[in-house]
Amino acid sequence: MIAADPTFVGPSVNWFALSPVLVLLGAAMVLLVVGSLVPRWPRHVYALFTAASGLAAMILCFFLWDDITDDGPSTLVGNALRFDVFSMIITITITGAVVLVAFVTDDYLRREELDGPEVYALYLLAAIGAIVMGSANDLIVLFLGLEIMSIAFYVMASSHRKRIESQESGIKYFILGGFSSAFFLYGIAMVYGTTGSTNYSRIVDSFNATVPAVRHDAFILAGVALLIVGLGFKVTAVPFHYWTPDVYEGAPTPVTSFMASVGKVAAFAAMLRVLIYALPHWRDDYRPIIWTIAVLTVVVGSVMAVVQTNVKRMLAFSSISHAGFIMIGVEAAAHRAGQADAGYGVPAALLYMLLYSVLVIGTFAVVAMVGRTGDGATDLAAFRGLGKSHPVVALAMTVLLLAQAGVPLTSGFVAKFAVIQAAVEEHSYAIAIVAMVASVIAAFLYLRIMVSMWVSEPESADDTREPVRVPAWTGIALAISVGFTLAIGFFPTWLIDATKAAVTTR
Amino acid sequence: MINFPILTMFVLVPTAGAVLVAAFSNRRPEWVKLIALLSSVLTLGLSIWVVVAFDKSNADFQFVSMHTWIKPWGISWHLGIDGISLFLVLLTGVLFPLVVAGTDPHHDHKRYLSWMLLLEAGLMGSFISLDLFLFFVFFEIVLVPMYFLIAGWGYEGRVYAATKFFLFTMVGSAFMLVGIIATAVIAKGNGPLTFDLIELAKADFAATTGRWLFFAFAVAFAVKVPIFPLHTWLPDAHTQAPTGGSVILAAVMLKLGTYGLLRFGVYLFPEAARWSRSLWLTLAVIGIIYGAIAATMQKDLKRLVAYSSVAHLGFIVLGIFAMTSQSITGGVMQNINHGVSTGALFLLVGMIYDRRHTREISELKGLQKVAPIFAGVFMVVMLSSIGVPGLNGFVGEYLVLIGSFLTARWWTVVATTGVILAALYLLWAYQRVFHGEPDDANRSFPDLKMREAAVLLPLVGVIVFTGLYPKPMLDRIEPSVNRLIEHVSEKTSYVEPLPAVVAP
Repeated sequence: MIAADPTFVGPSVNWFALSPVLVLLGAAMVLLVVGSLVPRWPRHVYALFTAASGLAAMILCFFLWDDITDDGPSTLVGNALRFDVFSMIITITITGAVVLVAFVTDDYLRREELDGPEVYALYLLAAIGAIVMGSANDLIVLFLGLEIMSIAFYVMASSHRKRIESQESGIKYFILGGFSSAFFLYGIAMVYGTTGSTNYSRIVDSFNATVPAVRHDAFILAGVALLIVGLGFKVTAVPFHYWTPDVYEGAPTPVTSFMASVGKVAAFAAMLRVLIYALPHWRDDYRPIIWTIAVLTVVVGSVMAVVQTNVKRMLAFSSISHAGFIMIGVEAAAHRAGQADAGYGVPAALLYMLLYSVLVIGTFAVVAMVGRTGDGATDLAAFRGLGKSHPVVALAMTVLLLAQAGVPLTSGFVAKFAVIQAAVEEHSYAIAIVAMVASVIAAFLYLRIMVSMWVSEPESADDTREPVRVPAWTGIALAISVGFTLAIGFFPTWLIDATKAAVTTR
Repeated sequence: MINFPILTMFVLVPTAGAVLVAAFSNRRPEWVKLIALLSSVLTLGLSIWVVVAFDKSNADFQFVSMHTWIKPWGISWHLGIDGISLFLVLLTGVLFPLVVAGTDPHHDHKRYLSWMLLLEAGLMGSFISLDLFLFFVFFEIVLVPMYFLIAGWGYEGRVYAATKFFLFTMVGSAFMLVGIIATAVIAKGNGPLTFDLIELAKADFAATTGRWLFFAFAVAFAVKVPIFPLHTWLPDAHTQAPTGGSVILAAVMLKLGTYGLLRFGVYLFPEAARWSRSLWLTLAVIGIIYGAIAATMQKDLKRLVAYSSVAHLGFIVLGIFAMTSQSITGGVMQNINHGVSTGALFLLVGMIYDRRHTREISELKGLQKVAPIFAGVFMVVMLSSIGVPGLNGFVGEYLVLIGSFLTARWWTVVATTGVILAALYLLWAYQRVFHGEPDDANRSFPDLKMREAAVLLPLVGVIVFTGLYPKPMLDRIEPSVNRLIEHVSEKTSYVEPLPAVVAP
């Protein structure tokens, strides 16, 4: 089509609106190119450079948010990306995660003697992919973002050259991720086949014109189903979660926290966009599926987490259960898909993602420290006596675990409250009760870690273990994460208002 | 004076104490203890002041303090106190300094005291919140210090007991959280969302909706009380907790359940409470009889006291759901009385354990001979727990029974046998532990020390004073109870049977 039109002119580009992505891209290029040409940079510099670019991108988002508030939302690069508050919240969450994870990674890589620019460049590239996923207004663009992010993840997961588990994790993730991408792409093809476009706005227009006719078209229903499979894999929803524990356990701990935060945020953002904004006509068809997946995800995640003995696996399953909670927000949002009053579902899901990202990075920061050299000491016993030897770290971990369990006055409670409220607003009482009971089951797992830290007596095997060291930058990341968790627990109002803006200024 | 946010201080003073204690150097244990004691005594001072300044002719909430907290969700920092919560606040205020001064955690004093003070802040907050969200926050947050107190300073099975306690209560809370949100969402209609208790109480729920919501709340409170058959966490938690933890758990924390049933269950959903009363009355009576029989069978003195709590709390539930002025007033009285007597009993059992390192009844013998003062104090406290006239236990139980007799006759008849059973298990235990000739192991049992006496004296004083002159308490409790019953009558067709004179 383009080739046939000699008068084709490229779309006008609002470069400033793309600046967060451009900053990250520039930084990634600098790391890759300059990093490989010049000798090793002084210590901390790779990480601080990465964190600085993440912070710069985040600050730019606030200016852009201001523009959106003044001028209203719009689309970028010829309708390919949406430029709205939703995108900004996603971008801020992702860049924030980049900053925190860069701090933790710095100490981790130097302890493991793997320091170098590669992982940081991959972080930035993955973040770009994630941001594109969260702001995509076109299924093809979404797919590009997904692949950029996923390929970076595959490499990151296997980046610990000295650990065989890390290689295994990368390969597993790569093969299964490839499958899920294929499903996803097939879903895109089917939607395109029905509607003649991959652009969200045109998909909606097309259905507005034809919906009664295609109501029971198996083609489009299969397309929607395949899209859910593809996205369900990335958000670690049951029954597409089987890769999660192995990959999370094997990947270097900071990378795990990056995948659990950025990966999930991007995939959920994409899921919300696709299901709620591109396919509102099919909400009554996919809602029961989302309902079932959400219930399965919270229950299976919580129950499986309890029977683990490795803390990284526990947290992998607990992250599945948290994904289930976000799915509840998606389910609530699905009730209102396509309506002017978007309800509470989308803001609740956004709030949950943001708060969970910070929580999970803090939690894994402690795991990274306790993992000791070699990143192998992540069983429950490795946490024994942490309350005696490092009371402050143990206290921080306790706060984060209580927050994950949803105890009040922490951000975790605010997040849970928001999604449960969203569900109850849509009269989904059953899902709300199942989720809360599942969260009690999950609480048992957090208690087990706390008992290990505070109560269990040290055993003779512990003497031979290397002592836990608390490096400065990891400590800073942990402090930020705990501070945020408590601050939001006490004063969540501003953040609730901010996430509400994602649906009110559309 | 009116503007002084005294109720907010109930939360802030212990919290500040906890933070100070946690921040203080470990090398100065006596300072740590002094700070803890000072902040709990200050809280006691505040609660005494509130009791003195409380206007007994006013049945409404007093000392109200109201600030917007989370505006988009309609949540406010809304505190207030009425006759139903007044003495629970005083009880909490009295017990914490005694526990801080009178119990010895044996290790890690600093963290122990810090958790204790946080627990006090949470409990105080629960009793004075008038916002459902705020109440839930406090109700849930008290689990954390109590969990760590049991798991960190308890006896051999402490981790199991603490985990069981935490999870049982959290399952109940899970239902309540959904219930709270659903209540607010359903009540708002097209108006703004609010979690304010007083606003929500004005709402009318469809009968079925109200019943579902009531049960969502009631499950959480039933676990906390605990009502049979949800009581199985209690004997474990009470037995394994350190003495201070057991005292607070039995005396104050269980009252969150009965208080919650009255304040939130009956007040918000009177129709559902009336509709399901036979269920609750039956469970209460089963609890009374079952608790008493189980207590009789115990070999462990602390477990015996724990099961006696199940029985005593049954009386309170009976009183609440019999729903007459006397029965509820008696129930509220019994909240306090049980707190004082069982708190004192746990302190005494703790002292026995500190001396003999056992709680087995069969290991103890003839203590009356070697420790007559100790035995005397134990006797007074025990008699108050049995409900002997002239001591506090009698006032509450008597009011519950005569009040319930009007509306729940047969349940009351069965429940009355619980009083006799209480005499059986406590007197029998007393006989085995204190009577007879002491054997070698018990011959060196030291009598009450000055410090221990100083801790027990206030409690014994309250026991005797309330037993002889309960009028000041009744005068303050009764107006609020009557207002609650009026509220129930307005919302349902319930007509309270002819009231008799309350003050005995």
